[in-house]
This record gives sequence, structure tokens and C-alpha cells, in this order.
Amino acid sequence: MTTELLNRDDAMQDDTQTTAMNNTPENAPRTHGIDISALERGTTMSRIEDEEISLRVNDLRLSYGEKEALHGINMVIPKKRVTAFIGPSGCGKSTLLRCFNRMNDLVDGCEIKGEILLEDMDIYQRKVEVAELRRRVGMVFQKPNPFPKTIYENVAYGLRIQGINKKRVLDETVEWSLRSAALWDEVKDRLNDSALGLSGGQQQRLVIARTVAVKPEVLLLDEPASALDPLSTLKIEELIQQLKNDFTIVIVTHNMQQAARVSDYTAFMYMGDLIEFGNTDALFTNPSKKQTEDYITGRYG
Amino acid sequence: MRTPIKKWFKDGDPWIWINAGAVAISMIMVFGLLALIASRGLVHFWAHDVMQAELEGRNGSRMMIAGELVEKEDVAAEQLRDAGHTVPEGVEFMQRDLMKLGNRDVYGGDFKWIMDASLTNKTYPENIIVLERREWGNFYGFIDTIKESGEVVASGDDAWNELNVRIERALAIYSEIHDIEKIDIGGINSRMERLRLKERRLELNEQNTPENLLSIKEERAALDAEYKGMQSQLTQLYGQIGRDTLVAKTVEGATVEVDFSKIVRAYQPNAMGLTEKLGFYGEKIYEFISEDPREANTEGGIFPAIYGTVLMVILMSIIVTPFGVVAAVYLREYAHQGALTRTIRIAVNNLAGVPSIVYGVFGLGFFIYFLGSGIDQAFFPEALPSPTFGTGGLLWASITLAILTLPVVIVATEEGLARIPRSIREGSLALGATKAETLWRVVLPMASPAMMTGVILAIARAAGEVAPLMLVGVVKLAPSLPLDGNYPYLHLDQKFMHLGFHIYDVGFQSPNVEAARPLVYATSLLLVIVIALLNLTAVSIRNRLREKYKALEM
Repeated sequence: MTTELLNRDDAMQDDTQTTAMNNTPENAPRTHGIDISALERGTTMSRIEDEEISLRVNDLRLSYGEKEALHGINMVIPKKRVTAFIGPSGCGKSTLLRCFNRMNDLVDGCEIKGEILLEDMDIYQRKVEVAELRRRVGMVFQKPNPFPKTIYENVAYGLRIQGINKKRVLDETVEWSLRSAALWDEVKDRLNDSALGLSGGQQQRLVIARTVAVKPEVLLLDEPASALDPLSTLKIEELIQQLKNDFTIVIVTHNMQQAARVSDYTAFMYMGDLIEFGNTDALFTNPSKKQTEDYITGRYG
Repeated sequence: MRTPIKKWFKDGDPWIWINAGAVAISMIMVFGLLALIASRGLVHFWAHDVMQAELEGRNGSRMMIAGELVEKEDVAAEQLRDAGHTVPEGVEFMQRDLMKLGNRDVYGGDFKWIMDASLTNKTYPENIIVLERREWGNFYGFIDTIKESGEVVASGDDAWNELNVRIERALAIYSEIHDIEKIDIGGINSRMERLRLKERRLELNEQNTPENLLSIKEERAALDAEYKGMQSQLTQLYGQIGRDTLVAKTVEGATVEVDFSKIVRAYQPNAMGLTEKLGFYGEKIYEFISEDPREANTEGGIFPAIYGTVLMVILMSIIVTPFGVVAAVYLREYAHQGALTRTIRIAVNNLAGVPSIVYGVFGLGFFIYFLGSGIDQAFFPEALPSPTFGTGGLLWASITLAILTLPVVIVATEEGLARIPRSIREGSLALGATKAETLWRVVLPMASPAMMTGVILAIARAAGEVAPLMLVGVVKLAPSLPLDGNYPYLHLDQKFMHLGFHIYDVGFQSPNVEAARPLVYATSLLLVIVIALLNLTAVSIRNRLREKYKALEM
């Protein structure tokens, strides 16, 4: 599934490894106990070097007061791909994610060095308007956080903030966003009901619709399915696959299967360092670092 | 045996008993208080039977008395002997009655303590009448004759129906007179006063050119003419209302002549059935809450005090809410959370504990003497030397109470803001909203129930406050309502009446203590009801907001 939209690069790369070719059930491809059959369908693997780049992180250091939480991160986030951050709790993956839309500005005593370039613009420059940046880089949080307003108003919120109040435009955008978030059919008859009456999974999709409504370039998902049941999780994952066509997606997840299922590229972080970053298939099947291997085989974390 | 007790303690049963007991005692105290106030206050409006009896004086003289039995008490015989009463041997206590005899114009006082033993031949004659008068209090006695322009038109007990018909006529004329005096002539007076001030202003600005003065003169002439018209109408009405007089006899046989214009109502309590008495009761209660006070506040209603209290509380809420909310938003959302903010927060909390009279003194010193006189000199020089805002008034009273209740609103709002989940704010910020937009569109609406809680507490505190108000604008009797039909309609500079102060005034400053006492209870009950109603209104608004902005389970 992941390969469909990837660059089809017929040439096998030397530095990436193909997975086992054995497809019989008893010998289902397993890498360190994780079912990676999803990775089987493609024969080629995309390379980060060939991607268009949305975000560039250059030597990013972040500290809360005395304590440094990120020790010089260097990475790129490819455009219109899904990039997953994995790693044990407290490794800094959420912190890094929140750097992309400057959510860390809200934390007292948080200091950031280095630079993050969004389409070659340093987002930490003084002249950058944070609100405008956050419109371009949307974010969905771990727990669904709809506003105590109607479903319609929740989705229209971002537009109203931008001063768009034309009913026709709002109606169209709300419908488009809810359709994009695969929620339209479930809520189209009760747009004026409170959003708090929705189930957890619906609320999370509503929050995604709300974020999508302002048409950001980048969509940051901070463990979007961790508070949801398996069925809702599945829906969110399917949704991520669809949204990939329009948005650059960065997702933080604790769930390694999820990272393997939805992402094109995966970054493994540990103790504030980026240990390994590369094609998801490659990272899960043949990690180049010992720490990565230990983590994905469940030896710690 | 020890184990079960030990177990009983371990189970926590004693705690439950203590807790439940504390709740029960609190409830008993609250309901006991309400029951006391209600029983003492509400009985006053009942049409009590009037007893006629023969009173034996100490020297053996006998006289007839008639009146309502208000209270009984047992007095120790020893005490009575010391006071010079003759008490038979072997009796330890004797009953003493407080009788409302009325007829202040005859006896000099309405109430009298009488030894029950000295009353004989107690009867309840059906034809005894009670007259409520605008002067001299109640009259108890019998109808003798009714005179129209000095000619007798009815006499004896047949005159009762005639009396009622004529009272109704007199009351209709009286209300007409009242309307003309209060509304029409009051309006003319207020316009006259404005003209005078206008003239004075022109004089002060040295613009008192003949043309300017001429227009004022013309307007004044028009008002004068209007006033003359009213005056002649009044004279006519006064002539009409003074047509009838009632000649009544006290039980002793003394005749009293009562002008019909002085009668509020007449009734025969001993002849009334239960339904009639209930109707009468309702009428009296309605009078109590809808009429102006009479006879140094011991009779009539307390409408101006209710009006003043409610208006002052509403103004106070309008002033305190934005101030408190803005201050809380700054403290919680914008200020750097450091030592200074902490100090301010502690200071704000402590302000809530400052005795209210201190706020009154502050209001008097700062608002009235400093701000008020400054405003007078800057904006109302024409009225000087009589002060406009340089004296206590509705505005200063509301502002003083607003300051008094400010800490409550700040603390409640701050708590409300602190309870808004961080994730909601982040959700809004992540959509490209600025901090201010997030505040206005999400945070403040969600914190509005908490703000309402603050306002409810503020109302509860402000409505019951008396001490500061005595310094900044409450009076015993205000000539007009602070909100009426005369320009500029809301008179922020006017003094007003207040239920709390009314209780104090009626209870402790009244010349007629016995007559005033039931009114103290009735007014207290009403004050409690008014505060409860104001609170219920605020609570229902809060509940609606709560329903609307139900916070997420986070």
C-alpha cells in the first residue's frame, strides 16, 4: 500500500535491503517479531534523496531551562509523504514535532537553537508570524480536543479566524473537510449538534477535519490514535493514507506496527538524539544501528 | 466488648455520624432562622380579631379598652410586686399581654402592656371597626356618623356600607392626587430645576445674553402655566376628597373625627370569615411589597427599598464583572507567573477579608469627597454649592460594592480559566489563532460559568451589605426612585433606599418600636427572598452556560 504513491525507482539500491521473498504462511515475513507483510507488495524502495523536501531541520537543539531535550537534530521531512517518529517515552519525538509549528513557544523556559526551514523559510526567525506558521503547519493532538461548539463551527473555526464568514465558502469547506476526514456521512445530518456528543474516534476525525479545513501544507499528528479503540484507529490510519495525497504528514506514534503500516519514512529517536532515519521498510527490516534494532525488537522502550 | 467498638471506629462509622450530624445541625439552623423570620414577619399582615375588655386600674378605676392582642408573656410575681402590682399569694407567674390599642391621637401611644388578670368581660363585638389611617396609626372603635360637607348622611351600624363606598371614592381621588403630585408636578419640578441650572451655567460661562435668557424665560413661563393648571386641578381634587368626614367613637365613648382623605382602609376583623381574612392578608402583603412606606417606615410598604436594592445590585454586577474578568485574564493568561503575580494574588485574596465598613470609608473618602467633588467642579459647577456627585448616591454605592466584591469575581474567574484544558487552547492555537483570538473565541466562553459563579457570590455578598452603604448613599427615606420617567431617567447621583438599611432603620431607629418589630422580620424575609431570586437568576444563567460549554472530560 505504501509503495503506490512512492517514486517507482526500478533500480535496486545498494544501501537498502529487500525483505525476505518467502510468502508461504508458515514462513510469513517477519522481522524481529513484527509482521511486515505490508511491506511485501512493492519491489522497490523510495529514497529520501529523491524526495521533494518540505521541512529541513538543521542542528536543532532544544532545552527546558538547564536540561537539554534535543541534542542537535538534523533531518528532512519529505513532501506529501508520511514520516513517522518512533522511540521510547521521553525521547523527544513529541518535542521535535511541536517544534515544527512552534507549539513549544508556549512552554516557559523553553529555548531553541538551530533552525527549521519550511520551504526554505526559517520558522524561528523574528519576523515570522506564529499564527500564520501554524495555519501552514497544522497539528492534531493525542486526545481529541474539539471545542464546545457545534460540529459545523468546529470545522469552520480556522476559517472564521482568518476572517472568512461567507456562508457559501464555509459550507463548501466544511463539507470538503468532513469528507476528507471520512466523517461527512456520519455527521451530515447533525452539523448543528454539539461536537462533544460524538464518539472518541469521531471526535478525533473531526479534529483532523478542522485542521484540514484551513488547508495547511504540513499536518502534524501527535499520537493521534493512542486514545482510540482498534476500529477507530484503523479508520484514522486509512485516513492518513488518503490525506497523504494532499498534505505532508508527520506522525508521532508509540505503536510500531502503526508506524510500519502508515509511514513512508521513519525516524527513530532515543534520549533526545535522532538515532536513525530512513525508509520505513528499510528501518524495520534492516536497521543499521544497534539501538534501533533493540527498540524494534522490544528489548527496551 | 472492646473489639466491636474498635471495629466501629475502624469502619469509619463515627465519622459518618459526625458529618451527617454537622449537615443536620446546619440545616436546622438555616431553616430555623427562616421559620423564625417568616413566622414573626408574616403574622403581622393577618387581620387579628379585636378584643374589647374592661380594664381595672390599680386604684380600682375601670375603663373600656379595645385592641389586638400582640404578645403574651409570663412575668415572675416577685418582679411584679417590686413594680407595685398586687399579686395574690402563692402565684409565681402572672400573664402579661401586649395590646395594640391604636388610637394614638387619644392615648398618646399604640401599644400597652396590660396584666391579663386585670382584664374582665372580654368580648369580640362584630361591629368594631379598624381604620388604617395615614396619620396617627390605627383606630379601633365604632362608627358613629358619616358627614358629607358637614351634613350627616348615615349613622350607626348601617353606615358600614356607606363608609366603604365613600372610602373607595376617596381612595380613587387620592391616587389621582398622588399621580399628579408625584409624576406630573414632579416632572415639572425636575424640568424647572434643569432650567435653573441652565440659566446658572449660562451665567457662569458669561453667555447670559438677553436672547439666551429670553428662551429660558419663555420655557419657564410655559412650565409655570402648566404648573398653575395642575395646581388648580389639585385644589379641586383636594376639595372633593375633603368632602366627607367620619365621626367615630372609641370604646370609651370619645368621639374622633377622621377625614376620609386620611383613611387607607377600614375593616371589621371580628366579622370577617376565613376566606375574607385570607383575601385581606394577600392585599396587605401586596401593599407591603408595592407601596411606599408611611409613618416613619412603620406602616405601608417597602417598594422603594426593594427597587433600590435590586437596582444597586444590578449596577454593581455590571461594574464588577468586566473589571474582575479583565483582571483575572491578565493575571492568569498574560502576566508572568512569578513572585509578583503571586503577591498580587495573595493581596487580592486578602482584599476579600477586609471589613466592609473599611470599603465604605474608602468610598466616602475617595469616590465622594475626592472624585465626586472633582466631577462636580468640572461638570456641574452650576449646581454648586449643592453637590451633585459630591455626595453619596447610587453610582458611588454601586462602585464601592463593586470594589468590595471584586476579589470574589477575580478568584472565581481565575479558577475557571485555570480549569480550561490546555489541549483546547493548543487546539485553537494550532489552527492559526492568536492568543487573543483563542481567549475570545474559546477560553472566555468556556470560563463563563465560572465567571457567573463569581458574580453569584458577588451578588450574595453585595445585596446583604449595609455598613458601607450607610456611608455612600443609602438613606432612610428617598423622595423619588433612582430610575423614573424624568430625564435622564437613571439618576446615578441620587440617594436611594435599601432593604438591609431599612431593617436597621426600622428596627433600631424607629420612634415606634413595637409597631416596627414585625416589619423588621417581614423586611428581613423579603431581603432573603430578593437575594435568593437574584441568585437564582444568576444560577440559571450559569447552568445554561454550563450546558452550552460543557467542558471535555479531560
